[in-house]
Amino acid sequence: MVYENVDGVKIGLEIHVQLNKLNTKLFCGCSTDYHNDEPNTHVCPVCLGLPGALPVLNKRAVEFAMKVGLALNCDIVGQTQFHRKNYYYPDLPKGFQTTQYDFPIASHGKVIIDGEDGERIVRITRAHMEEDPGKLMHIGSIEKSKGTLINYNRSGMALIEIVSEPDMRSPKEARRFLDKLRSILEYLDVFNGDLEGAMRVDANISVMGGERVEVKNISSHKGVEKAALYEIMRQKNFVRRGGKVVLETRHFDEQRGVTLSMRSKEEEHDYRYFPEPDLVPMRVADRVPEVIKTLPELPDAKRERFTSQYGMADMHAKALTSEIKVANFYEQVANLVDPRSAAVWVADILKGELNYRDVSVDAFKVEDIVEIIELVTGNKITERSGVEIIRTILDNGGTPAAIVKEKGLIKVEEDIVTKAVTEVLEENPEALQDYLGGKEKSLNFLVGQVMKKTAGRSDAKTTREMLLDRISKLPPK
Amino acid sequence: MITKEEVEHVGWLARIEIHESEAQAYAEKLNAVLDYFSQLDEVDTENVAPTYHVADIVNVFREDVVRPSMPQEEVLANTGKKQEGNFLAPRIM
Repeated sequence: MVYENVDGVKIGLEIHVQLNKLNTKLFCGCSTDYHNDEPNTHVCPVCLGLPGALPVLNKRAVEFAMKVGLALNCDIVGQTQFHRKNYYYPDLPKGFQTTQYDFPIASHGKVIIDGEDGERIVRITRAHMEEDPGKLMHIGSIEKSKGTLINYNRSGMALIEIVSEPDMRSPKEARRFLDKLRSILEYLDVFNGDLEGAMRVDANISVMGGERVEVKNISSHKGVEKAALYEIMRQKNFVRRGGKVVLETRHFDEQRGVTLSMRSKEEEHDYRYFPEPDLVPMRVADRVPEVIKTLPELPDAKRERFTSQYGMADMHAKALTSEIKVANFYEQVANLVDPRSAAVWVADILKGELNYRDVSVDAFKVEDIVEIIELVTGNKITERSGVEIIRTILDNGGTPAAIVKEKGLIKVEEDIVTKAVTEVLEENPEALQDYLGGKEKSLNFLVGQVMKKTAGRSDAKTTREMLLDRISKLPPK
Repeated sequence: MITKEEVEHVGWLARIEIHESEAQAYAEKLNAVLDYFSQLDEVDTENVAPTYHVADIVNVFREDVVRPSMPQEEVLANTGKKQEGNFLAPRIM
C-alpha cells in the first residue's frame, strides 16, 4: 500500500525533553525531585537568577545529552558552549535562557518509525542542551485571570531540545515518532515520561507547500496528533476559501481541541543571542567512544533479537520492546516458561489488560504470570480462566492459586462434562438432527450449550471431541 | 545608526517604558558608544577564530550531587507579592 498524502502534509517537531533522571538541575545542585513538594522549595541563587550567582555545568547532564544524540544516530560536536537567549518574561528570572545556539551538542541524526506505508526515516536536525523555565499558573481562567503565580522549582532543570526535519506526513506519523522517541529515551534511562511536564512538543505543520504554522507547547502525544489533525483541516479550509497561510505561532487549547493564533512581537533576532560568559566552552568529542560503550541495547535491536532468540512473531517482538519495562518483564518470564507462550501471554493478553486499565507492568508480578501460563499449558485451567485470573489480580489483588480455588477454575471433572453432553443432546434433538443431516453449524451450537452448562470452565476443543465421540456412538434411529 | 524607533523597540523587549522625549537622547548616546566600538572594525581578523570565552579553559564540570536549596521564606523574602508559596505577578498572557 502506498500512502498518497493528497494534502501534501508536512510535519516537523521540536521536542523539549526533561532529563529528569538526573539528581540535580543543569547548573546548580538543587534536587530534581520536586514534583510532590511545595512551590519554590527547590531553588537556589543560581536558578533564581540572583545577582552574582554563578552556574556550574552538571557533568552527568552532558553525558545524558551525548547518549541521546548517539541513540538518535547524530554526530556529536567537537566543541560547544552555551549562549544566552535574551527575553523578558517571568518564567526565567534572569531575563535570559541559557541554551546552545550555533553548536548544538548533537546534529544530523535519524529515527526510523513505522510510517503510513512501511518504514519511514525521520531526520533529526539537531539536539541541544538548555535549561527549563519556571512554571506559571494563572489564577482563574486565562481571560479573567487576576494574577499569575510563579513557581521556580522547574527553573534550571536540564532539557534537551530535539528538532526534527519536516519528514512526517500525517498526524499519526507524528505520534508514532513521539512514541518511538519516548521509548528510546526510557531505554537510555535518562528520562521518566510519567512525570508531569516531562515532554513538551511544538509542531510545525504545513499543507500543499504552504507556509508552516507553529503550534506551541503541546503536552501529550495524543495532543500532538489532535492538534495536527485540527491544524491540517483549518489550513485546508482556509486555502479552499482563497486564503493564504502565513507563518504564525498558534497555541493548542487541549480541552476544546482547537488551535488559536498567538500574537508575538518577538522575532529570532530579538533574542540577541550571545556566548554565556559565566560558562566556559566544553570539548566533548574525545569522550564519544566512552559514552558509546555505555549505550544499552536499543528498541530496534532488541526487537530483532527477540524474534531470533525466542522465535516469536515480529508483531509480538514489537509490542514487547516498545517499553523497556515490558521488555525486561518478558525476559524474566521467558527464562521460566516456554518463551513463545510467554510472548503471547505478555504481549497479547497482559499488555492489553494493562493498557485498558492504564497501569504499568509494575502492577503485575513475574511469578504470577508464570504460574498462570503453567496452569494453562499444563491443561489445568482454560485460557479463558487464565485471562480471568489476570483481570482479578489487577482489579482486586490476590494470587493465582487463591483465585483458582475461590472461583473454582480448575477444569471440571470429565464426568461433569460427560453428564452435560448427555443432557444437551437430550434437550436439543432438533439441533442433533440438523447436524446429522449435514448442518455443521449445529455442532457449534451444541458445544456452546455444553459450555454454558459447565459455566465455561470446560474448553471448546475437549467439549467438541466429547460430543463427536458421543454422537458417533448413538444408536441409529 | 540606531534610530529612535530601535530604542523604543529595545525598550519594549526589556519591558522598560521609554518616553518619546528620552528616546532621542538615548539614541544619540548609544550611537556614540557604537562609534567608539567601530574602531574595532579596523582590525584585520581574517584568520582569527572567534573568541567564545576570554579564559583559556574548557570543561569545567560539577558532579551530579544534590546540595541543599534555600528555604521557601528566604526565596520569597525579596518579593512584593506572594501567594501560597508562589511569587505573585500581574496577570500575564
